Amino acid sequence: MTPSNPRSDADFTVVGRPQGKVDGPAKAQGRARYTDDLVFPGMLHGKILRSPHPHARIVSIDTSGAEALEGVHAVVTGRDMPITYGVIPWTPDEYPLALDRVRYIGDGVAAVAAVDEDTANEALRLIQVEYEELPHYLDPHEALEATGEPDRPFIHAPRKEGWNGNVTKIVKLDFGDVDTGMADADVVIEDDYFFEGTTHAPIEPHCAIGLVETDGGPEGPGRVTVYSATQVPHYLHRELARVLELDPARVRVVQPPVGGAFGGKSEPFDLEFCVALLAMRTGRPVKILYTREEVFYSHRGRHPFHMRYKVGARSDGTLTAVEADTVLDGGAYASFGLVTTYYSGQLLTAPYHMPAYRFRSRRAYTNKPACGPKRGHGSVQPRFAFEVQLDRIAHALGLDPMELRRRNFMGKNTRTVNELRVTSNGFLECLDAVEAASDWRSRFRRLPFGRGLGVAGSCYISGTNYPVYPNEMPQSAIQLQLDRSGRVAIFSGASEIGQGTDSMVAYLAAEELGVPLEYVRVQSGDTDFTPVDLGAYSSRVTFMLGNACLDAARKLKAKVKEAVAAEWECRPSQVKLAGGQALFGPDTSRRMPIRQAFVLAEEMHGTLGSVGWYNTPKDIHGDYRGGTIGASPAYSFTAHVAEVEVDVDTGQVHVEKIWVAHDCGRALNPVLVEGQMEGSAYMGFGEALMEEQVFKGPDHGRSGLHDAPSLLDYRIPTSLDTPLLESHIVESIDPEGPYGAKEAGEGPLHPAIPAIANAIFDAVGVRMTRLPFSAPAVWRAIQKARDEGTLEKPAAPRVARAQAARARGARAEAGRAQSARAERGGGS
Amino acid sequence: MLRLPPYRYHRPERLDEALELLEAHGAMARIIAGGTDLIPNMKHGLFTPDHLVSLRGLGELKGIEAKPKGGLRLGAGVTLAEVAASEAVLGAAPALARAARNVAGPQLRNAGTLGGNLCLDTRCTYYNQSEFWREALGYCLKKDGDRCHVTRTGRVCVAAHSADTPPVLMALGATLELASPRGRRTMAIRDFFMPDGVWNQKREPDEVVTAIEVPPVEDGLRRRTAHGKLRVRKSIDFPLLSMGLAAWFDDAGTVVGLEGVVTGLGSRPRHLTRFGELALGERWSPDLMEALAARAHAQCTPLENHIVDPDWRKAMVPVIMRRTLEQLGPVEGAA
Repeated sequence: MTPSNPRSDADFTVVGRPQGKVDGPAKAQGRARYTDDLVFPGMLHGKILRSPHPHARIVSIDTSGAEALEGVHAVVTGRDMPITYGVIPWTPDEYPLALDRVRYIGDGVAAVAAVDEDTANEALRLIQVEYEELPHYLDPHEALEATGEPDRPFIHAPRKEGWNGNVTKIVKLDFGDVDTGMADADVVIEDDYFFEGTTHAPIEPHCAIGLVETDGGPEGPGRVTVYSATQVPHYLHRELARVLELDPARVRVVQPPVGGAFGGKSEPFDLEFCVALLAMRTGRPVKILYTREEVFYSHRGRHPFHMRYKVGARSDGTLTAVEADTVLDGGAYASFGLVTTYYSGQLLTAPYHMPAYRFRSRRAYTNKPACGPKRGHGSVQPRFAFEVQLDRIAHALGLDPMELRRRNFMGKNTRTVNELRVTSNGFLECLDAVEAASDWRSRFRRLPFGRGLGVAGSCYISGTNYPVYPNEMPQSAIQLQLDRSGRVAIFSGASEIGQGTDSMVAYLAAEELGVPLEYVRVQSGDTDFTPVDLGAYSSRVTFMLGNACLDAARKLKAKVKEAVAAEWECRPSQVKLAGGQALFGPDTSRRMPIRQAFVLAEEMHGTLGSVGWYNTPKDIHGDYRGGTIGASPAYSFTAHVAEVEVDVDTGQVHVEKIWVAHDCGRALNPVLVEGQMEGSAYMGFGEALMEEQVFKGPDHGRSGLHDAPSLLDYRIPTSLDTPLLESHIVESIDPEGPYGAKEAGEGPLHPAIPAIANAIFDAVGVRMTRLPFSAPAVWRAIQKARDEGTLEKPAAPRVARAQAARARGARAEAGRAQSARAERGGGS
Repeated sequence: MLRLPPYRYHRPERLDEALELLEAHGAMARIIAGGTDLIPNMKHGLFTPDHLVSLRGLGELKGIEAKPKGGLRLGAGVTLAEVAASEAVLGAAPALARAARNVAGPQLRNAGTLGGNLCLDTRCTYYNQSEFWREALGYCLKKDGDRCHVTRTGRVCVAAHSADTPPVLMALGATLELASPRGRRTMAIRDFFMPDGVWNQKREPDEVVTAIEVPPVEDGLRRRTAHGKLRVRKSIDFPLLSMGLAAWFDDAGTVVGLEGVVTGLGSRPRHLTRFGELALGERWSPDLMEALAARAHAQCTPLENHIVDPDWRKAMVPVIMRRTLEQLGPVEGAA
């Protein structure tokens, strides 16, 4: 691990400048080949039979009809893969195909491989499954009340005797003295919030192809390759080997370009096991492409959160205590749910200083598609509730909510109340940027009734400090090669899912080795040929892979400089590599083409290659149970201001503009950072106003059926709906990030939702506490406010601006580097 | 991806050829124009015709012609994009262009036709779903089942008429022309729809809508038209409510005729009754618009055939009606 030292901007030739993406032209020109574009000789097509029941016991499965159909090559069921898996090793609760129980409408039961898709579909119709239906749960509170008796069954067998089989995880953590904090508060705001579930809706449906190479005859040691639209090739590799009982060295996962993932492809899915097994059974390549409907069933999207928040503050706005009680509606399987349960509380403790904090989170199983990680995993929901709470506190105290946030700013180089180490922190600069850009001071509470501004802030991790399975090995790694042609080849284990990780390592390598960007080639996402990286999740890649890349590049750079220094008879430190040249530092007119420098290096050192890796520091979190979850080597910070117009007759909210300021440490490519900021704000906006993954209830046709598994009825915003998005990059230059960089892919989503909620309040005086803020929901809230006589422009802050500014100055001087101690902690 | 069931595609060059194909293949054939509704429905297994008879090659169905005094003749095969951009339509009945522009999104309007919009299949949350989904549901009255999950008790399908141009055409008193192997006939669009969501048109399956005629304006009168639409997104979505209005004024600015049609409710557009009467002989005014909106409200009841809150949709009837009425005014007397 080599934490990089920040350099001054003037030194850079590639980094920090607008650059294209290395994979951009191929995608724009249609040359990129996504998984479904791949065709292999003799390839078969697979389909998966899915459960029409939300909860049922499988009595029997008769596949003989399907097997007899001409063109069908293999049929497999849960019995063929009776080993559970789960991306979190503590909660393996899924079979590739249901073994004896189906747990939601859409659960996979059997799979076929046939000469074409139509034959495969026909074969599914010929599989006879006898089910015995069981009582099912759509509501997590009801699920938590289950007894395990026949009328109130558990969805999963309890992991221990006496436990509730409908509980994935309960977390209770307690930091500081919450009760005293509440007692000392001048104002305490307490309310319930609900965040409806949403899904990722990537444009590319999941797709996988299995193929088998048998080098040594039928009994020989064949190799199994799975091509998959995944964002976690390494975890997929592990689970394929484990579930299919294969030697990991004989399993290869290849990840072609991915057409969007957003967390929805960050664990193994049924189709990946099925194509591998069907290929092994038939000896032929097998492809499965999900329908859009199956993408909705595979889900792993944002959990519905039922949240109760209680926050206390002194009359000057400083927080005294925060208390949260959350029920997570997990769906049928654990997925990342153990982590989600922790994240629901652990990630709330920055950027504001909390003297005392207590939370309880419980994740329940329900008979719906499993929830999991979606962009901003586990922390978008509590951030919504908490930032609305802050707005209410500010309003109750007559404070400007912008000012309230400043007063509670935790500072940099500090620890959170739950003992997470925070280093760089540009949150105040983010607030300043959106305040100025939105003309906040002259417009907040001063726009006409119906129009409003709202602010919210947030923080997010730059990678989880620990892998999902405990180990001491590197979390990211890069292998570099360069040769006499001047070309630099990068072998990266990371998953390029459109976010630009291939480009990011190319920028870093070009910067370090002084080659033009077009000399760099990147090969990524192939477990046979690229070093292990844990995957594209938790906003880890820029920070971790970037550091790994710098590590590898600097090792080679040293060799090149040494060789050039020998030629010039100078010290290696006097040699610079930049812009396609090796330069003599004291007199840059003395130079040689970089190609010649590489020739000298190859002559001196032999064939040139290096590996670099990154692992996280291990002393940056609390030592209580669960204290590692939420820990990250660096945190990003974001502030949004949203401007809305509320149509009081219809309840329709028109979001005019969102100003997004994000502390990404350093923008390695500002174009990609802005793209992430805009994409995040867009996604949050969609969740705020329209997106909801919901299900039919018992009075509506069939309980547990997905309400609308299509992109016509699961509405994501069109370009006409999308607000203007204005990005302001804040660079805090993180001490450990690559050139100071931190994440930008997930953090900028968080404040969009509470900023819009707070803007609705500024517009019409109505508090939205349940998502989405759909027109019917806002209309109902407006009707209620009208009846109660509260439909009006809220009162402006009482505290004068000048006074606030003085208070701010005094506070900054006093500093705030306290490191809060956790009094106690404990999970269950 | 969802698979299309297999079918044979016919692309006749002339209408009589198309009619012969329809006659030859009878119930095994379906008409396809833009295909923007039919193809997704076929992928959902809602229709499995052996033969598709395309209207795309029929020159007789093309063209938009301005007739004297505000009349229009539109070929049923003109695309919605052509209707939306047509100078003739924008001049004679701008709300028809607006309604066409309010359908779906740009790509769909480039493919979808005016005739297809008139013949759009009714829609329901329990119907426009995949075979798997409908099997898990237990099917419904409209397709393969015997229950209505919307009304729960009813024996009549209440899938929603969901097209945007019919309300305007009905308000205008437009007619359509039908051709079949048995001959040709003309029908007022107001009489075209029936209250049965399974098949809501007085069109035999082998009848082709060939043209639409918008009548001229009587001498001495001015005609104004309006279209209003309620939807979640500003593009793509089918209507939650879609309203067409046509009003006729004399020289003094007095209302001499007013027709209003609302759809997105049940299986046929609701031609509002005792609506125009409220306005007859009146000058255009906010009070009048309020009264008209209230009348519309009383007559329009959205159902749970859509996933969007029916109580809210009901409450939106007068709001959207008022806003649609506002498109008509202000109306001044002749100078």
